[in-house]
Amino acid sequence: MDIKQEKIKKEYQVYVQRKMPGSNLLRDCIMAFLVGGIICTIGQLVSNLGKTVFDFNTEEASAFTSITMIFLGALLTGMGVYDDIGKYGGAGSVVPITGFANSIVSPAMEFKREGYVFGVGAKLFSIAGPVLIYGISASVLAGLIYSFIK
Amino acid sequence: MDYVRAFIVGGLICVIGQILIDKTSLTPARILVSFVTAGVILTAVGVYEPIVKFGGAGATVPLPGFGYTLAKGAIKAVNEMGVLGAFTGGVRAAAGGITAAIVFGYLIAVLFNPKMKR
Repeated sequence: MDIKQEKIKKEYQVYVQRKMPGSNLLRDCIMAFLVGGIICTIGQLVSNLGKTVFDFNTEEASAFTSITMIFLGALLTGMGVYDDIGKYGGAGSVVPITGFANSIVSPAMEFKREGYVFGVGAKLFSIAGPVLIYGISASVLAGLIYSFIK
Repeated sequence: MDYVRAFIVGGLICVIGQILIDKTSLTPARILVSFVTAGVILTAVGVYEPIVKFGGAGATVPLPGFGYTLAKGAIKAVNEMGVLGAFTGGVRAAAGGITAAIVFGYLIAVLFNPKMKR
């Protein structure tokens, strides 16, 4: 009996291993490179358009690019397209600022049934909150250290 | 040519993220937090600025670029108004992105509904 169970266990483990989606690091990296690269190229296009069409300086063009890319990321998430990009792109869809927009819209949309304050309003910041807390705190620290050693 | 550089630099930053996701137990949310913080630190020590100069949007569109904007704003404001700048400069420089994220994020979340799982 024990031997039989042992055998079943082993067979099951082999089965699971065969069925598990192969986490192929090289393939994942190539896809992340392509998807992330394409998103950044679109960002460069937006930035160049800002500079030539609206005559923005570097700082204005940078803000314009962030705003536009966040809008696109949020819109594509709402339309359900960004999840499909994420399936193929992995980190290539997470790391660009469009992924930040995705991390804001996705939980907010999902928890809408809990209301507009504790559903949409609170979940909007479930990932953006930590990002802003650590990012802003680090920048204040950097500014303080700089003001002392300057 | 700036498009090719943006593609390569942006792609490489995403590959670093992919390796971290595959090889460590970091979730995408932690990747976002670490990348923004890393962007702040790398900017403060002067490493990120040359990457931005070379890669353009390839360096500013990924999340370390958000950290770059925050840190650069804080340091610039310290130069202009002293210690107070450390508190005002970062968010001021990143205001456009933060506000866009909140406003567009809210609007889209209200207007759209999650797609049915297929």
